[in-house]
Amino acid sequence: MSVMVARKKVVRKWEKLPGRNTFCCDGRIMMARQKGIFYLTLFLILGTCALFFAFECRYLAVQLSPAIPVFAAVLFLFAMATLLRTSFSDPGVIPRALPDEAAFIEMEIEATNGTVPQGQRPPPRIKNFQINNQIVKLKYCYTCKIFRPPRASHCSICDNCVERFDHHCPWVGNCVGKRNYRYFYLFILSLSLLTIYIFTFNIVYIALSKAVAGGLGLLSGHSQSLTVLTVLEVLICFFTLWSVVGLTGFHTFLVALNQTTNEDIKGSWTGKNRVQNPYSHGNIVKNCCEVLCGPLPPSVLDRRGILQQEESTAQEGSCPRGPGTQEPPAMQGPGQAQEGHSVLSLQVPVPTVSNAEMPEEKQRTPGELPVPSLDAGRAEL
Amino acid sequence: PLPQVHSLQELRRSASLATKVFVQRDYSDGTTCQFQTKFPPELESRIERQLFEETVKTLNGFYAEAEKIGGSSYLEGCLACATAYFIFLCMETHYEKVLKKISKYIQDQNEKIYAPRGLLLTDPLERGMRVIEISIYEDRCSSGSSSSGSSSSSSGGGGGGAGGR
Repeated sequence: MSVMVARKKVVRKWEKLPGRNTFCCDGRIMMARQKGIFYLTLFLILGTCALFFAFECRYLAVQLSPAIPVFAAVLFLFAMATLLRTSFSDPGVIPRALPDEAAFIEMEIEATNGTVPQGQRPPPRIKNFQINNQIVKLKYCYTCKIFRPPRASHCSICDNCVERFDHHCPWVGNCVGKRNYRYFYLFILSLSLLTIYIFTFNIVYIALSKAVAGGLGLLSGHSQSLTVLTVLEVLICFFTLWSVVGLTGFHTFLVALNQTTNEDIKGSWTGKNRVQNPYSHGNIVKNCCEVLCGPLPPSVLDRRGILQQEESTAQEGSCPRGPGTQEPPAMQGPGQAQEGHSVLSLQVPVPTVSNAEMPEEKQRTPGELPVPSLDAGRAEL
Repeated sequence: PLPQVHSLQELRRSASLATKVFVQRDYSDGTTCQFQTKFPPELESRIERQLFEETVKTLNGFYAEAEKIGGSSYLEGCLACATAYFIFLCMETHYEKVLKKISKYIQDQNEKIYAPRGLLLTDPLERGMRVIEISIYEDRCSSGSSSSGSSSSSSGGGGGGAGGR
C-alpha cells in the first residue's frame, strides 16, 4: 500500500502575480515576456568585447599600453552590471488593488459621479481631483483598479502600472521606471563610452598594423583575417554609436529636465497652455542628482513571499532572510526542485483579506539587501 | 509577550470584520509618499480624531525622511554607483531602514491605540504604498474586554497586525 506523502510544494507569490512578466530564479529575477531582443543585446555586447579582448587588446597592450584592456574591462563590467540590473529588477510596478480596496474606490467614484446604469460603459477616464493645496488630476486604471499616482503609467506590454514610467525597452527586456531608470541611464552611458572606446582603438589597431605591415612590405594572411574581424567590430560599433550615443544624449536631456520619455512623447509639459513641469527643480544639477543619486525605494511586490498553504505549519510567512543572504542570480531557488503533491489552497483567512490574488509586499531584487522579516506575519493576515 | 500575541490574534479570530477604510495618498506635494490626514467618517465613533491624525502625520514624517533628498542620500547613491551597485549586497539602503522603523511604529500603534478600539492598521507597504488600510472590527463583549486588558503593556509582541517579528 502506498502512502501518499503530502510534501508541501512551496508556492511563492510571484507565481500568482497578475501581469505579463516572466520570473526567473524563483522570483529573484523579473523581466518582460519577450526576451529575444535582450538576448541579442547580450550577444552583441559580449561578442564584440570578446573579439576586442582576444585580438586587438593583445596587440595594443604590448604596442601602446597595458592600461587599454584594463580600462576596457572596467567599462565592460560596469555596462554589464547595469544592464543586468536594469533587466532583472522591478521597475516600480504598482500592485493591483485587492478586491476590498477596489470596491471601496468604486463606491467613492459612484458617490462622486452617480451610478452608471447597468450595461452602459462608464466614462472613459475617471479623474479624481484631490484638492489639498492644489488640484491634482489622477487617472483611474481599469486593469489595476487603482488611481494611478502622478507620472505613473500602465505598460500594455507587461500589463502593469509602473511608477514614473519612462518606456518599455525591448533591448533590455523590461520596463524602465522609477526603480531602474538610473541603471538604464548608466547602462546606455557606459555602453556609449565602451562603444566609442572600442571603435577608437580598433581604428588605431588597423592604422598601426597596416603601418607595420606596410613597413614590412607584406600583409600576412593571419593579419588579414584579424583585420576582417576588426572591421566587423568597427561596423558594429559604428551602428551602435549612432543609436546608443543618440539615446544617451536624449536621456541626458530628460534627466536634466526631470522628465520621462512618456511625458516627452505626450508633450505633457510643453506647449503654450500646459503647466510647466512641476517635478523639475529648475536646476540641472539638482535634477540630475535627484534622478540618478536620489533615494531608491524598495520594491513593493513581494515576489518571494510564500503564499499561505492549507497546512498551518506553513504560516511562517516569507522566506528567511538576513544580511548577506543574497544568492547570485544563477542559482536555482529551492522551490523549483521540489516535487510531490502540493496541497495548496489559496484560502481566504476569515475574517480578513484574501492574499490569494494581488500579493504586494516589498521585495528584494538580486543584489538588494532584504529587510529581515518585515512580512513574517503577513501571510496569516 | 504571549498575552499580547493573543490580543491581536484574538481580535482577528473572535471579532468579525465589519468593514475596512482606506486612507488614500495625498499627491498635492508631488509624487512623494504622503497620506491624506482627512478623518474618515467611518471612524467617527471608534477613535478620537486627534489620535488618528497624529498617526498619519507621524507616518508621513517617516516617509518624508525616507525620501529626503540631501547630502546623505547623494552620498549613498554615488557610493552605490561607484561600486556598480554591488554594495547593496551587504548594505541596507536608507529607505529600507526607515521602512523598518515604520513597521515597528505601526505595530506599536496597533498594540497601544488601535487594537483596544477594535481597529487594525495595515502597513501601507503591504498594499503597494497606495493606501493605509484600517480594518474595523465589530465589538464583541468577550474579546473587547480581554484585548483591552492584555494590551496594556507595551513592546511589540509577535503576530502584530502589520507583520514583523
